[in-house]
Amino acid sequence: MSEERMSLGKVMKNGIITENPTFRLVLGTCPTLAVTTSAINGLGMGAAATFVLICSNFVISLLRNFIPDKVRIPAFIVVICTFVTMVQLLMQAFIPSLYDALGIFIPLIVVNCIILARAEAFASKNTPVASAADGLGMGLGFTIALVILGSIRELIGNGSIFGANILGASYEPMLLIVLAAGGFLSYGLMLGLFNLITKKLENKKSRKEAEEA
Amino acid sequence: MNLRISTAPHIHHPVTTQRLMLYVIMALLPTTAVGIYAFGLPAAILLAISCATAVLCEFVWQKIAKQPVRVNDLSALVTGLIVGLNLPANAPWWIALIGSAFAVLIVKQLFGGLGDNFLNPAMAARAVLLASWPVHMTSYVVPTFFDAGVDAVTAATPLATAAQNAPAQLMDLFMGNIPGCIGEVSKLAILLGLVILLVTRTVTWHIPFTMVASVFVFSWVMGADPVYAILSGGVLFGAVFMATDYVTSPMTPVGQMIYAAGIGLIIVLIRNFGAYPEGVTYGILLMNIATPLIDRFLPRKLYGYQKEAKQA
Repeated sequence: MSEERMSLGKVMKNGIITENPTFRLVLGTCPTLAVTTSAINGLGMGAAATFVLICSNFVISLLRNFIPDKVRIPAFIVVICTFVTMVQLLMQAFIPSLYDALGIFIPLIVVNCIILARAEAFASKNTPVASAADGLGMGLGFTIALVILGSIRELIGNGSIFGANILGASYEPMLLIVLAAGGFLSYGLMLGLFNLITKKLENKKSRKEAEEA
Repeated sequence: MNLRISTAPHIHHPVTTQRLMLYVIMALLPTTAVGIYAFGLPAAILLAISCATAVLCEFVWQKIAKQPVRVNDLSALVTGLIVGLNLPANAPWWIALIGSAFAVLIVKQLFGGLGDNFLNPAMAARAVLLASWPVHMTSYVVPTFFDAGVDAVTAATPLATAAQNAPAQLMDLFMGNIPGCIGEVSKLAILLGLVILLVTRTVTWHIPFTMVASVFVFSWVMGADPVYAILSGGVLFGAVFMATDYVTSPMTPVGQMIYAAGIGLIIVLIRNFGAYPEGVTYGILLMNIATPLIDRFLPRKLYGYQKEAKQA
């Protein structure tokens, strides 16, 4: 489908639901587990990754006919690095608190599997506009997943969402869920839930098609 | 059609899961009774909540997942009871609820139910509770033995005071006149439970004896008082009721002894070098994870199978 035009909506749905990078492709698990200790960290990480995804997909797609096949990975990395450095400096200048909270995981966006995977699988074969749309869809899918996980872990582990106390002062937070073990636990449960829902939807769809046939 | 295929011999035996679990409950009764006697009504309420939650969670899960409801094999009741016995008597009620629900729903059912759990459910639940609410899980009360004039007094575990050169008396440790979890205070009652388990052939001697011996030997090597080491904390309770779980312990006697010795070593290492005063929970959990590996290197001897003679 190298030059086939894809509708924006379809690309977005693909990124957010059908091929959600976190819950369906299980890519980018390292930042997912590390930064989802609170909803705001998840949102910040997701926004940073989305920006990098859109820009790098667009630029890599523009350059796709010039980059020799043998050195494509280093070339992609150079493009991605450029945008990650921009995000890092911008964040340090304008949102220092978030910059401190995310720490090493901002520069590590360079090696985020999602970004390299989309460069390799989509941007190097599609038009710039379609690639940017794909970056937006994937980025939104990643962001939504991180905010969901971050909210759940913040709610259980701290009694709040986005810093706003929800469960009241008498709630005794479950510390484990914001520790590393709780990250794996909640991520695993969310993956299972997402698989269950997708399976249910597919069953429904195939039953409908069987009835119509 | 669902055919069950297994190798010969096909021998029927009256021992069912339900029967085995009944033996375990019988063996747990002495220590449960002493726990309730020592800590009074709060302990009884906690145990009731943890048992009821475990059974209810198992029932509801099996209904929702459209599995055959096997609550009457009693395994959930045993899990709930052990979760309850692992709590300090003054823990809030919701700790028992969350502990039992986590043990049954997440550790047991999500991994495929009885026989497929990779960790002992009650032990994993204890680890989760300990990491989540460390204050509630480590503030023990001194047993009151229904002494009406005394309100509950909180105290550190004898393992924590041992560091301050004021060890509890060995006899108190043995009889249960010490602060601790509901089920672990009286070593006499736990040993009575062990006798019941051995007489009914629910467990063999390999795991409990090797584990206690291992703690004894390694503590001695480390220069600690070995008798004190095996009588304090949850060593005996863990050795008799938690390390012996069929699902998460090796199949062969030699494997079981390696497994139990490993638990003992980890306990002594955590007690002497770790940040926690007690290491029974993590010792058992770590060796639970090592169990498939032990079974792989020490496979069960197949019936009628002989090793091929070595070629010259």
